[in-house]
Amino acid sequence: MQESKKYWKGLEELNNTPEFAQAAHNEFAEFLPVKETFGSDATEAEVAPRRDFLKLLGFGLAAATLASCEAPVRKAIPYLNKPEDVEPGIANWYASTYFQGGDYNSILVKTREGRPIKLEGNPLSGVTKGGLSAKAQAAVLSLYDNNRLSAPMKAGKASNWKDIDAEIMNRLASAKGKVVLVSSTIISPTTKKAIAEFGAKANGFEHVVYDANSASGLVKANGGVIPGYDFSKAKVIVSVAADFLGTWISPVEYAKQYIQTRKITKDKSDMSRHFQFESNLSLTGSNADVRVAIKPSEEALVVAAIYNKVVGGISAPAFSNKALDKAISELTAARGAALLVAGTNDQGVQTMVRAINQALGAEGTTINTNAPSYLRQGDDTQMIRLINDMKNGLVGAAFFYDANPAYDHPMAEEVLNGLKNVDLKVSFADRINETAKLCDFICPDHNFLESWNDFEPKKGFLSLSQPAISPIFKTRQAQESLLKWSGNNTDYYTYLKNNWAGFTGSGSGWDKAVHDGVLENVSTTGQAMPNVTALSTGEIGATLNKGAQSGIELAIYEKVGLGTGSIEANNPWLQELPDPITKATWDNYVTVPISMAKEKEIEQGDLIKLTARNGQSVTLPALIQPGQAKNTVGVAIGYGRKLAGKVADNVGGNVYPLATVTKDGIIFNSTVSFEKVGGSREIAQTQTHQTVMGRIVVQESTLDKYKKDPKSVTEYVKIATPDGPKKPAAVSLWQDYEYKDHHWGMVIDLNSCIGCGSCVIGCNVENNVAIVGKQEVINRREMHWMRIDRYYSTDATREDGFTEMENPAENPSVIFQPMLCQHCNHAPCETVCPVLATTHSTEGLNQMTYNRCVGTRYCANNCPYKVRRFNWFSYPDNEKFTDVNTPQTTDLGRMVLNPDVTVRARGVMEKCSFCVQRIQSGKLEAKKEKRKVKDGEIVTACAQSCPTNAIVFGDLKDPNSQVRQIMAREQGERAFTVLEEINTQPNISYLTKIRNLA
Amino acid sequence: MQHVSPIREPLVTGGKTYHDITQDISRHVESKPNMRWAAALAVSLFFLGVFLWSVYRTLWYGIGEWGLNKTVGWAWDITNFVWWVGIGHAGTLISAILLLFRQKWRSSINRAAEAMTIFAVICAAMFPVLHMGRPWLAYWVLPLPNTFGSLWANFNSPLLWDVFAISTYFSVSLVFWYIGLVPDFATIRDRAKGPIAKTVYGMLSLGWVGSAKHWSRYETVSLILAGVSTPLVLSVHTIVSMDFATSVIPGWHTTIFPPYFVAGAIFSGFAMVLTLMIITRKTFKLEDYITLEHVESMNKVIILTGSIVGVAYITEFFIAWYSGVEYEQYAFINRATGPYWWAYWSMMTCNVITPQLFWFRSIRRSLTATFIISIFVNIGMWFERFVIIVTSLHRDYLPSSWAMFSPTIIDIGIYVGTMGLFFTLFLLFAKYFPVINMFEVKTILKSSSGVAHSTHHTSMHANDPQLVNHPKHD
Repeated sequence: MQESKKYWKGLEELNNTPEFAQAAHNEFAEFLPVKETFGSDATEAEVAPRRDFLKLLGFGLAAATLASCEAPVRKAIPYLNKPEDVEPGIANWYASTYFQGGDYNSILVKTREGRPIKLEGNPLSGVTKGGLSAKAQAAVLSLYDNNRLSAPMKAGKASNWKDIDAEIMNRLASAKGKVVLVSSTIISPTTKKAIAEFGAKANGFEHVVYDANSASGLVKANGGVIPGYDFSKAKVIVSVAADFLGTWISPVEYAKQYIQTRKITKDKSDMSRHFQFESNLSLTGSNADVRVAIKPSEEALVVAAIYNKVVGGISAPAFSNKALDKAISELTAARGAALLVAGTNDQGVQTMVRAINQALGAEGTTINTNAPSYLRQGDDTQMIRLINDMKNGLVGAAFFYDANPAYDHPMAEEVLNGLKNVDLKVSFADRINETAKLCDFICPDHNFLESWNDFEPKKGFLSLSQPAISPIFKTRQAQESLLKWSGNNTDYYTYLKNNWAGFTGSGSGWDKAVHDGVLENVSTTGQAMPNVTALSTGEIGATLNKGAQSGIELAIYEKVGLGTGSIEANNPWLQELPDPITKATWDNYVTVPISMAKEKEIEQGDLIKLTARNGQSVTLPALIQPGQAKNTVGVAIGYGRKLAGKVADNVGGNVYPLATVTKDGIIFNSTVSFEKVGGSREIAQTQTHQTVMGRIVVQESTLDKYKKDPKSVTEYVKIATPDGPKKPAAVSLWQDYEYKDHHWGMVIDLNSCIGCGSCVIGCNVENNVAIVGKQEVINRREMHWMRIDRYYSTDATREDGFTEMENPAENPSVIFQPMLCQHCNHAPCETVCPVLATTHSTEGLNQMTYNRCVGTRYCANNCPYKVRRFNWFSYPDNEKFTDVNTPQTTDLGRMVLNPDVTVRARGVMEKCSFCVQRIQSGKLEAKKEKRKVKDGEIVTACAQSCPTNAIVFGDLKDPNSQVRQIMAREQGERAFTVLEEINTQPNISYLTKIRNLA
Repeated sequence: MQHVSPIREPLVTGGKTYHDITQDISRHVESKPNMRWAAALAVSLFFLGVFLWSVYRTLWYGIGEWGLNKTVGWAWDITNFVWWVGIGHAGTLISAILLLFRQKWRSSINRAAEAMTIFAVICAAMFPVLHMGRPWLAYWVLPLPNTFGSLWANFNSPLLWDVFAISTYFSVSLVFWYIGLVPDFATIRDRAKGPIAKTVYGMLSLGWVGSAKHWSRYETVSLILAGVSTPLVLSVHTIVSMDFATSVIPGWHTTIFPPYFVAGAIFSGFAMVLTLMIITRKTFKLEDYITLEHVESMNKVIILTGSIVGVAYITEFFIAWYSGVEYEQYAFINRATGPYWWAYWSMMTCNVITPQLFWFRSIRRSLTATFIISIFVNIGMWFERFVIIVTSLHRDYLPSSWAMFSPTIIDIGIYVGTMGLFFTLFLLFAKYFPVINMFEVKTILKSSSGVAHSTHHTSMHANDPQLVNHPKHD
């Protein structure tokens, strides 16, 4: 280095005179009087006088003071070499795939300055068609999870890959007993290939697949696949406890299909009719035209009754119900356009369902036999056998990939005991979870946003995931680890690309597939839908005899937000996402039917201990749930984690152990003893009032009425004037705004909204909405800009009085209403702000200027829609919120923040801005290209997120915009604004919900 | 000089002379503080400490320390604000309107009532500032010239009107009160023995020597200030009521609010004056100056305003029914029968039913009964504001957002704390300032005291040197 020195500090250094060389050794190049001041042998004249000393002291003090006042150095370092594809301030998008807990979504990843900050649906996907579930929306935060491991672990201590690889390979070679890889469903062909390669090298290798939300009964009944349901072709849909819009198999895909049969206009006024038989009020049940509450044990009887009428020939216990008869007659009448689905994990029942569908001519119409689904491949019996094998010491090495049986398997205790007999235990978990804790090695896998992978959710539909960020921690993709341990040192990207050569061919095919994220209509080697096997009557008989039990039955269900409670559990966005039905957050609970609550004198929040037949119990607060079948209770899985991370640990109770394990598989219900144990726990609900109180804030009507006269379905308020009744807008005291360029507006179709909550998460992510935690939700201070109001019907009328009207019906009909800032043209909030912090824009937006707000909350009080949210605390830095508000309080979490949106300070009001940052960037884009903004170019986060396209955003000034056309079509028919009579003139209109009542 | 009816009760009893009056009132200022006063001050200071602690929590952590939520954005804060402003109404009413109406009974209570007004307004003014999310930016509500570009205050906002109303009211009341104190400060200055008292009261009395010119100017200023204050008595609470009346929230959006609020304010103000005067009268032995006649007159005002308020409550219900507006109807049914029914019925009992007892002369003239009822009215008027603010907000238009409000310890701390602040100020006033307006009481001594009654046939007024020196408006 010295030899080739090129730079010098000055000519002195270049010349390198002796004086300079000497001076260079001194720390201070120039004379400092300090030493002389304190020198003992200096003469009086040489010593700096006292005054100089004081001067120095004074200067030093002042300098130190000034230095401490200086603003801290902020690390804003410009690029020396700018990465080719990173423009500061401009987002990059990458196509990828989310697959977690059986939930498949093809996605687009938005990255800013190299950080993934938002996931959106990929419109090119033939499976999810641009839709995105709430879980997938929130999944970007799991990348920035503080509880992720930053390095591989060996025996509970951080280690390095080299040592771990060597040791694992050593111990694998000497493993006594078989080598097992336990995973949840894997839909990646290349991963399966890697596993096979690993298995070929290992002793007696076995790959055991089980799903926490198992559908093994359905899979087995259909010969190893899931039928390719196509709800869009169905005119009559009967679902027996299958929550296909919320949680069952592929909800986004099904919701997209389903909603095609539910959207209506004057010209297309046909709707499917949807019957739902279920115990817990599910998201799907709440959207059904006819919902019948049955006990879990009656599911088989309902299916058998249908079977008897459609196929015939079994002796089933009689089960009759008027709605069931109607459902059967409609199913048979709609041959070729009928579909029956069942949520049960009982193979016998699912076999009957398949036979019924076949008899109804569903195969080839409402079931696409060419594209069966692979989203569940778990085999319960295989897993149960493995657990017994572990107990018996037959397993030498166990690898856990995307599987956490110590938490999410009903036999978790046996898993714990069995693992003690296994010599080598390796987990690929990204954190020390319940299973990983028991493992010798944890080899953390990349987050899916850091990984290459491929997916085949349905036969012939391929998709890819690609890294949108380089790995944050010293993690390694599980597939690569497996390959390495089997002696193959290829990196997974190459491995994957090679494996895809058959699909993409040579040339640009691969690049296009990576760009699009999907590759469809290719022939793959995935399993085809096998032909139906003959149904043995004995099989069905056995199933039916299990039915009809006395006592209280527990129906275990999955929540829309939290799923199986794996990686989602530690995601505060999902924890705070209100359950679509109960509107509860941060907890699970026992849903108790109204009749049982009356009978057993149970109040909301009373602690209930449920003990299953297998002796397992869980103690949770009661939530009185309209629509819950009599003598049943429901509890959600996904809670009660012990080692998920700071957010999820000890939230709620774990109900997996209460599921019934039979020799054929896991049945997610059980008879339970129900015991009130005293004490109570408050449930954090974002909505506590259940009924609409006879108000016309949300409107619904029936299809019959709509068909007769579309103008009769919506009620419009008139104001009495001396000249007769008039529209409220006609008697305005205010001057109207004139919009010159744009007038942003929104239409929300209540017929299309299924209440799933995707928009809520989409909004949270886009707009950096703070998360406040359980206690603050109890205090009614959640910050969501977007909420979905859920109202139950009541049996009471105005004559019964208001108190009676507060009580929902036993089995109510349900209506959802997305509620956000209505961007009123005559906004009550705007007039009352003393400092003009909330004003009207020239484009019709009701805008909020955070840094002008002094926080009087007058605007929130005066908002009739109660959509304004106040920053009660400093959520980003109050220590009370560190553990819950991770996207704002932790360094890692903050990487997810949208840099285009301010994180709000304490004491200011906030609310929906119609994603003004998106409007602005859309307008700038158009301006750069010297053109007008095109319709569909600017989409708010909520409209973008909606899997059913219920929300349409656009420019009301643009005659060709979709929103304008809908308004033109529906004006006077289904379009209404909420609280029209107070003449706020919102820019958001709703379309009346139409029910196809039987 | 007007004729005083012999039927009227005397306003000053006990055969007091001018010197007695000076002596009785100044005594408290000049003597050492007694134990009772010191104990009361200690208690007040404790609550002032509670106030400061609660304010600290609020300012340091945010409004989240209170019990407010997304639906109920105002609760105890604005309840307390309106309550204190209401209490602050009696002072100006007594000093201004009663002065213009030549009600002589006001003389012995106006000083304390005005002081109470000022202290109450100080307490009230705490809330609009504290309830802000960012109180350090409170000055943004003032239309100050600034460098924020086009940003200025929003003159459409009733909150801005509040700022003007309250600040005007406070400054006029303060000036009026202080001007009234000047001649009495001069009296105390003249009697003062210690150097500090001499200096302080000397400065406070602004060089008053009691010359005819001084008195003439004094009278002119008094009249002008009375004239200025009179519309303020009506305007302040009218404007406060507009915070609610101009909104769209059912239960707030009511045209009856301005008169109803003004009546309510006078009602609560008089109740608070009574509460305080009965205590002061007892502690400072001022029974001869604050007589039963005073108490009775004030009780009559309480009956009147209490009845107006009662009628307003009933009118609101009638209008809710008559309007046919669903939301309005629900808001009122919910008030009386909803989850906050207890607040509504506390209000009705305290404000409408209890004051009706004053129709009985014996109750009207009973100090104990008056004291108890005045406390009831104070409580009732607090509940009135709570009912209006919280029960209207907690269930407004969309049932999905309906919520309940419950206060936190900080809410309670701030409310109780403002009482600490109020009583601290009041006790300091009662000790160091003349609680009764000495020179005004002297003017009515000859015309409406017990002495005057016994001798009013012998016409002596014209020769009274004091009256010649002090040409009063009455």
